[in-house]
Amino acid sequence: MLNSIDIPKAARALPQIALVGNPNAGKTSLFNALTGSRQKIGNYPGVTVEKIVGSLELEGQQHELIDVPGLYSLTAISTDEEVAIGALLESGQAPELVIYVLDASNLERNLFLFSQLAETSLNVIVALTLTDVVKREQGEIDLAALSSHLGCEVIPVVAYKETGISQLKDAMVRALADPRELELDVGFPQIVLESADRVVDQMNRWGVDLKRKDARCVLLDEHCTTGDRFREIPELWNVVEEERAKIFGHTVQAKTVDAQSRYAWAAKVKRDSYIAPTVPRKFTKSDRIDAVLTHRFFGLVFFLLLMYGVFQSIYTLAAPFMDLIDGGKTAFADFVSPMLAGAPAVQSLVVDGIIEGVGSVIIFLPQIMILFLFIAILEGTGYLARAAFLMDRLLGWCGLNGRAFIPLLSSFACAIPGVMAARVMPDQRSRLMTVLVAPLMSCSARLPVYMLLIGAVIEPRYGPIWAGFSLFLMHFIGLAVAIPVVLVLNKGIFKGKRLPFMMELPKYQWPRWKDVLLTVVSRAKVFLVTAGTIIFAMTVIIWALLYFPRGDEKAYKAQWVAQGHVAQGEEFDHFLEMRQREDSILGRFGRTIEPVFKPAGFDWRLTTAILAAFPAREVVVPAMGILFGTGADVDEESPSLQSSMNAAKWPDGRPLMTPWSAASLMVFFALCCQCMATLAAIKRETNSWKWAAFAFGYMTALAYVLSIAVYQIGSRFG
Amino acid sequence: MTEKILKAKDLKRGMKARVVSINEEEDVCPRLLELGLFPGTEFQVVKIAPLGDPIEINLHGYKLCIRRSEAGCLRLVELD
Ligand SMILES: Nc1nc2c(ncn2[C@@H]2O[C@H](COP(=O)(O)OP(=O)(O)O)[C@@H](O)[C@H]2O)c(=O)[nH]1
Repeated sequence: MLNSIDIPKAARALPQIALVGNPNAGKTSLFNALTGSRQKIGNYPGVTVEKIVGSLELEGQQHELIDVPGLYSLTAISTDEEVAIGALLESGQAPELVIYVLDASNLERNLFLFSQLAETSLNVIVALTLTDVVKREQGEIDLAALSSHLGCEVIPVVAYKETGISQLKDAMVRALADPRELELDVGFPQIVLESADRVVDQMNRWGVDLKRKDARCVLLDEHCTTGDRFREIPELWNVVEEERAKIFGHTVQAKTVDAQSRYAWAAKVKRDSYIAPTVPRKFTKSDRIDAVLTHRFFGLVFFLLLMYGVFQSIYTLAAPFMDLIDGGKTAFADFVSPMLAGAPAVQSLVVDGIIEGVGSVIIFLPQIMILFLFIAILEGTGYLARAAFLMDRLLGWCGLNGRAFIPLLSSFACAIPGVMAARVMPDQRSRLMTVLVAPLMSCSARLPVYMLLIGAVIEPRYGPIWAGFSLFLMHFIGLAVAIPVVLVLNKGIFKGKRLPFMMELPKYQWPRWKDVLLTVVSRAKVFLVTAGTIIFAMTVIIWALLYFPRGDEKAYKAQWVAQGHVAQGEEFDHFLEMRQREDSILGRFGRTIEPVFKPAGFDWRLTTAILAAFPAREVVVPAMGILFGTGADVDEESPSLQSSMNAAKWPDGRPLMTPWSAASLMVFFALCCQCMATLAAIKRETNSWKWAAFAFGYMTALAYVLSIAVYQIGSRFG
Repeated sequence: MTEKILKAKDLKRGMKARVVSINEEEDVCPRLLELGLFPGTEFQVVKIAPLGDPIEINLHGYKLCIRRSEAGCLRLVELD
C-alpha cells in the first residue's frame, strides 16, 4: 500500500488534521487535549479502532481533527488498518496536515512508521509524547537534533498535563500556512538507489513520470500502489523485475532490506538525539510489579483472586442499588395503579408493561456501571494488558486471543457491554468471533432463573452444596460451549489468514480518575440507549401478547366455583389472571407448540414463559408467576412461586418439575439468545443483521438440542 | 562467542538470541519485520506468560509480546 505519488487534496468543507502514530503512542490523549471533547483512553494497544472525529479551532478557523487508529506500518494486514491507511493515502482523502505522534520512550520502532509517512507527499509535523517518562528514567531528548533528522518541527507535549498544547497549535498554524513535503532519505543501500535511478530513466524513456523514491518503493515493496500504474504493462513491468533481480539475486528478500534500512536509520537518529541515562537502571518499578503479577504461580493466583473479587463486588455492591430501584419501581407502580383503576387495560399496560419494562432495564444499570468502573480502572493501570498476556494461551488455542478476555468477562454481567467491549480486538475476524460467542456467557439476567429453579427443585432435595455447584455449572456451560463454537467458526466459516497476536505491556501507572469516570458514564449511556429502547418496546409487545384477547370472566368464575372454591380473595384473582394468560395469544401459541418442547420436559406453561422471554429474558420470572397462578408480583425467592411450581403436574399426574426438567430449563436459558437488546448490539457492532440472525439461530438451536439431551439422558438415570 | 541454533519454543527467560533469517512468505512475517525482527536483530526474553506462551522480548529499545508459534518463521541463534 505504500504510495508516494502526489495525493490530491480533498475538497471538503473544513480543513482536516489527522493524528497518526503507533498504537499506545498517546494519540487519544492528545486528541482529547486538543479538542477538549473527551475520548476513551486506554493502555490497551489498538483501543481506537473507529475513526474518531473532533473539531479544533486555530486562529478563528474551524478544523476537523481525526484520531486515526494506531498503525505499525503503512502496509495494512487487517481491514482496520486498511481503513486507517485509506483515510490518509487514498486520493481525495488526504488530510491537510498530519500530526505524527511519536513516543519518545520507544523511538526506534516509532520512527519506522514515520520514515514511511515522510516518503508520502503528506504535510507532517511531529508531536513528541511520553517525554515525562523519558525524563523519569533520566534520559533526555535533543529536540534540535531530532528535528533536523526528521526534517520537520518536533513539539514535545504531555497531553494530560496540557503542556506543549499551545506550542503544538502554533506549529500547526505554521504548517498549515506553509505545507511541505518532507525530503527524508533513510539511506537505502547504494545498489537499491542505483537500480531506482535506472528504473526512473527507463520509465522516462517510455514517457512515464516517476520519482526516485517511488521507483524505490516499487522495487522494495510489491504492494506499493505506485506500481499499479504499470503493473499490467509487460514492457514497463519487466524493467522493474530486471532491476529487482539485480538487487536481490536469490538470497536477500525485498521487505527485509526495506525494514533493515529503516531501522538502521532510526537507530542513527536515536543515537544522535537521545541522551541515555548515565547509570542505566536495570529494573523499573513496573518490572518489579510484574515480577509478581506475571509470575507463573503468584500471577495466576492474583489474577483469579482479582477476578473473583471483581465479580463478587459486582453482585454485592450493586445489590443495595438494585433493591432501591426495585423498591422504587414497586412504589411507583402502587402509586400509579389506583389512578388508572377505571381502565383495566390501560392500568395493566402502564403497570405490567411500561413500568415493568423500564424497571427491568434500569435495574441492570448499577451492575453495568460497576463493571465498567472495574474495567476502566484495570485498563487505566495497565493491568488489563497483563490479563490478556496471562490468558492468551487459554483463549488462543481455539482461535481467539488474550484480548477477548475482557469482552467475555464483561458478558458475564451483561452481553451488551461485552459485545461493545469487543472493539479491543485488533482485527475484524477475532472481533466478530468474540461478538458471536459473548452472548453465550451467562449474564446476570439469567441468574434469577437459576436461583428460582435451584431454590425450588435442587436445594430442597440435594442440599446447599449441590445448589452451589449447579449454579457454578450453569455459569460454566456457556464458556464450555463457546470453545467448540469458536473452533467451528474458525475452521468452517472464517477462512483466510489469521492475524498475528502482538501486544505491548504498558508501564503501570495510577489511572486518571477523570477518564475512568467518563468511561463509566459513556458506557452507561450506550447501555441505556441500546438496551433501554429495545427492552422497553419488547416488554410492551409481550405484555400485549399475554393480555389480549380478554377472556370471559364469568366462565372462569364458574370453573373456579365448580372446583369447590369461594369466588373471592387473592387466590381467586390469581386464578382469573392465570386463565386470562392461558387464553391470551401467547398462551394459546404456547399450548399449540407444547409438543415441540415436550421432549425437553417443558409443559405449556414453561413453553409460554420461554416464548415470552425471547425478546428479553428478564421477564421470565414474573411470567412464570402469572402462569403458575401466583401473580406477577414474584421474584426468584418467592416461596409461593417455588411451591406452586413444585405442585404443578402434567395432565397424567406426573410432577412437572423434576431435577432433570429443572436442569433442562436452566440449560435452555443458559444457551439461548433471549435478548433482543444483545442482538441489536451485535447488529450495531457488526453493521449487519446477518450476524445478529446468525447468533440468534445458532444459540437457539444449541439451547434446544442440549436441553432435550439433558432431559432425555438425565431422566433415564432417574 | 558460541552460536547455537535455537527454536522459538525453546526460548527461556533471560535468554539472548539473534535473528539469522526470516521466511517472508509466511503470513505473520511482514509484520514481524516491521516490528524490527529482521536478520541481525538481537533480543532478550524478558517474560514468559505463566502458561508458557506468549513471551515478551526486548528489542530495539522496546518490549514486545509475541506468540512462540508466530515466531516460528524466524531462524534464531542463541547468544551468550
Ligand atoms: N506518562 C505519560 N503517559 C501518557 C502520555 N500520553 C499518553 N499517555 C498514556 O499512555 C496510554 C496510551 O495512550 P492513548 O492516548 O490511549 O494512546 P493511543 O493508543 O495512541 O490512542 C494511556 O494510558 C495514556 O494515559 C504522556 O505524554 N505521558
